[in-house]
Amino acid sequence: MGSQGGFYQSKEFLDLVKSIGEARSKAEEDRIVLGEIDTLKRRISEPDIPKRKMKEYIIRLVYVEMLGHDASFGYIHAVKMTHDDSLLVKRTGYLAVTLFLNEDHDLIILIVNTIQKDLKSDNYLVVCAALNAVCKLINEETIPAVLPQVVELLAHPKEAVRKKAIMALHRFYQKSPSSVSHLVSNFRKRLCDNDPGVMGATLCPLFDLITIDVNSYKDLVISFVSILKQVAERRLPKAYDYHQMPAPFIQIKLLKILALLGSGDKQASENMYTVVGDIFRKCDSSSNIGNAVLYECICCVSSIYPNPKLLESAADAISRFLKSDSHNLKYMGIDALGRLIKISPEIAEQHQLAVIDCLEDPDDTLKRKTFELLYKMTKSTNVEVIVDRMIDYMISINDNHFKTEIASRCVELAEQFAPSNQWFIQTMNKVFEHAGDLVNIKVAHNLMRLIAEGFGEDDDTADSQLRSSAVDSYLHILGEPKLPSVFLQVICWVLGEYGTADGKYSASFITGKLCDVAEAYSNDETVKAYAVTALMKIYAFEIAAGSKVDMLPECQSLMEEFLASHSTDLQQRAYELQAVIGLDAHAVESIMPSDASCEDIEVDKALSFLNGYIQDSIEKGAQPYIPESERSGMLNISKFRNQDHHEASSHGLRFEAYELPKQTVQSRIPPASLASTELVPVPEPMYARESYPTTTVSSASSDAGSTELKLRLDGVQKKWGRQTHSPATSTSSTTSQKTVNGITQVDGSNTSNSRTRETYESRKQQVEITPEKQKLAASLFGGSSKTEKKPATGHKISKSSSYMVEKSHVPKSSMEIASEKKAPIQQPPDLLDFGEPTIQSNAPSIDPFKELEGLLEPTTEVASAKNHSSTAAATKSPDIMGLYTDTPAGIHNKDDSDILSGLSNPPVTHMLDGTTRTQVAQSSKGPNLKDSLQKDALVRQMGVTPSSPNPILFKDLLG
Amino acid sequence: MIKAVMVMNTQGKTRLAKFYEYLPVEKQQELIRGVFAVLCSRAENVSNFIDAESIFGPDSRLVYKHFATLYFVFVFDSSENELAVLDLIQVFVETLDRCFKNVCELDVVFNYSKVHTILDEMIFGGQVVETSSSEIMKAVEEISKLEAASNAITLIPKSASGWRSR
Repeated sequence: MGSQGGFYQSKEFLDLVKSIGEARSKAEEDRIVLGEIDTLKRRISEPDIPKRKMKEYIIRLVYVEMLGHDASFGYIHAVKMTHDDSLLVKRTGYLAVTLFLNEDHDLIILIVNTIQKDLKSDNYLVVCAALNAVCKLINEETIPAVLPQVVELLAHPKEAVRKKAIMALHRFYQKSPSSVSHLVSNFRKRLCDNDPGVMGATLCPLFDLITIDVNSYKDLVISFVSILKQVAERRLPKAYDYHQMPAPFIQIKLLKILALLGSGDKQASENMYTVVGDIFRKCDSSSNIGNAVLYECICCVSSIYPNPKLLESAADAISRFLKSDSHNLKYMGIDALGRLIKISPEIAEQHQLAVIDCLEDPDDTLKRKTFELLYKMTKSTNVEVIVDRMIDYMISINDNHFKTEIASRCVELAEQFAPSNQWFIQTMNKVFEHAGDLVNIKVAHNLMRLIAEGFGEDDDTADSQLRSSAVDSYLHILGEPKLPSVFLQVICWVLGEYGTADGKYSASFITGKLCDVAEAYSNDETVKAYAVTALMKIYAFEIAAGSKVDMLPECQSLMEEFLASHSTDLQQRAYELQAVIGLDAHAVESIMPSDASCEDIEVDKALSFLNGYIQDSIEKGAQPYIPESERSGMLNISKFRNQDHHEASSHGLRFEAYELPKQTVQSRIPPASLASTELVPVPEPMYARESYPTTTVSSASSDAGSTELKLRLDGVQKKWGRQTHSPATSTSSTTSQKTVNGITQVDGSNTSNSRTRETYESRKQQVEITPEKQKLAASLFGGSSKTEKKPATGHKISKSSSYMVEKSHVPKSSMEIASEKKAPIQQPPDLLDFGEPTIQSNAPSIDPFKELEGLLEPTTEVASAKNHSSTAAATKSPDIMGLYTDTPAGIHNKDDSDILSGLSNPPVTHMLDGTTRTQVAQSSKGPNLKDSLQKDALVRQMGVTPSSPNPILFKDLLG
Repeated sequence: MIKAVMVMNTQGKTRLAKFYEYLPVEKQQELIRGVFAVLCSRAENVSNFIDAESIFGPDSRLVYKHFATLYFVFVFDSSENELAVLDLIQVFVETLDRCFKNVCELDVVFNYSKVHTILDEMIFGGQVVETSSSEIMKAVEEISKLEAASNAITLIPKSASGWRSR
């Protein structure tokens, strides 16, 4: 077929293609195509064009449109072609309309009739062409018009037609499940079709159906298994062999289906073991397709109820993949590893080197996949290395999409596993600096909260050191040009709150810096608002401390500018600042006590402080409040609830009252903070502190003391600090509220408004992340996820006390500390609710892995041990001990030497380094100085010295 | 499900584009350009897989294969297996090769509708319906024969009959 004369398109088309091929620039190509469009427009509307010509025009139109130019003028001609009697013309017409039109196009109505007719045609090719169009062009409304014919075609003698009819039906199901729900049984029937092609095609819709509803298809397990068995035994026609594999594509689809059906179902899974094992054996791992089937087997094995033998085969296959030279196979290996570590985390260890190789591979796809895997296997022991790697990679890429993704993963990991708060702050600084505004704002809020709450232990020195170091680092970073807005907000807030707290910097220095920020980023109102509020705080602290306040000239000019600002928010803030400065020390102190952003704020839900007022009003003849249940036709306007309660009651309006706590929070707050927070979620203790008790800000009313409003914040996710994890994680009801109030630690550092928002955000975040995290954590670490999530107490105490013997003591001590702090630290029942309702049964089943893991990584072990004891109880530790026949101390030395023996490879060294660092950092954080020194000594004794770049941290904290 | 099939040459000229979910022309072009930009930047001897989420949105992967002057690109979601799709490309190309004998870029350009026919036999509404190259060939041959027979005007010229006789 060599010469071009052999092509049946005309010379013109040939020239067109040629000239486009030779076009040097896009502009030249566009010119040629536009010329072609003109020609086609002219020609196509001429009368009496021969069919053959017309067909060519249409093909040329399709071509033009493929190149990205509008060919809509010819659509109608394509539609006309579908009416033609000639098969070739008709098929061309159908091809063109399926490419040109979408299901909602106006011209569809002209085609439906033709399709209906063609579906009844005697010529099966016409039927096929029509079915093709059906797939693409029929929408929900037109389904009934063709449905009967399509169903009839399921029994068509030609297998090609049956196949396509099945797919068309599948398409209908995708578009509108309800319209074909009564026909779903047809898919099952077609599974027994004589033709393997039809059977194979039927697997597609069945896969979709099973994905949606596994349980109604459990009865098919046996059938699928027997089909798979037959396929694997080469019972299908030879034509389906591909590279010596019997129908590999069908095998893959079947394995996918089995993976779904066997997931979490022991009985169903048992039926599959034999056949999957057979395929593992039979697969030819030298061909690409053989590996595809192998990979699918691994996926299947990791999804169904675990079987040790199969897991072993899977692990073998994975190591073959990872050792292969082919990048494709490495990629698949990494992916498969990510799946398998969910059930047997220990296998990751043997592939460490391969994984690190992939991480350093120039292939970006592979690199990303590997980061995904690392993300999956992160635990508190390796978080530093992994997050460092991620940040390095994040800095190196330009693609915003991946930057965002990686940044959010870094943040997530850091929040989850941070070994120390200081490390967390440093990591966040890096993320903010490099990913900037790609980071979600709630991350910033979390960071502020962390700084405000500190360690959550009664260790004020450490807290203030943390803050000072944060202030130091921020003052340093402020020197850099062009910082992202989110980061600046954090900086302003921290400087305002703690800039002068340690006396290192003078108020004028800090205020000067803040003014600089406000000037340098004059386009960013949010940042300016943060800056003004920070200024206000600094001045308030000064006044409260009794010193005289001199406003810097640049600050004054800034204020003048803001007082006349177009932004009402800025204006308000500026006026507030003015007002605060004019007050005396006592008043200022009660408005803005220093470092009180974390104080509890109690919210009196019953609004009892209004009782007297209501009494008065009722005596004066106002209507009493009618409970919601007794009202009808209520005004569902939540806005009204923003009004003060008394106002509401005196009007006697019918409100939808107080049933949803979160609404209450939202609605009650705005009147307090007024317009100032409309746009800007700016954290200011001033509002927080003042507004809650008093309900009105600016007036600074004096009834502050008498009120006991209680703010409900039980949805707030708390990652650090005292482990007052609020029990109600769901959007729970008011009933849980009472208990919550007592323990919920309120971060009073934000404006009321911003807090509301944050509440929502963190609540949302919780909903979003938890299932995933829980699953991950549960499968990777078993019960340990619970404690690992809370590094604050969890690690610090037990972390590096590597002696097994200590184990039984360690958890106890942590308990003690916990109880001292009177917060329900240890096992908030809600945490368990997340993914695994039954810990008791779960923890033991996962234990073995964790124990094995412990063999390789000393730190986790202890952490996990601790978890056992905290979840399951101390009885667990004898079990663990039982596993090691050695003496506990001996084990550890052995482990370490194991790891050390791997030191020869640089990446591993790095890894190890990280681990040690973690240990050290963690050990240093123990609440008990002696303990931590001891642990540190132990770590050194084991031959790992903290050669890490930041031993300062460690020194810092030890004091 | 398979979201799109594209064939483009090494200069970025589209030779075939088929999207299984409707997209406006401009969007299609944008995606094709996006894909080409990524393909260009790929070194040799790297994997054939690309994480396409930044181009095609969540849950989309891309597998490509480079043959002479052409890139064959399949975009699909997590319900397919990457390696298998790589072989699906192989099946597609093998079929083209059997159909055109030593298929080259120009065959794809000039036998536009035939390439579509082959693809339609393989992938129907985004699902893989046929993976056997010889079955696809059989179907395509039959279509050509009937098309030829049903047409008063002989539209299937030498080229198409050429491969049949061979």
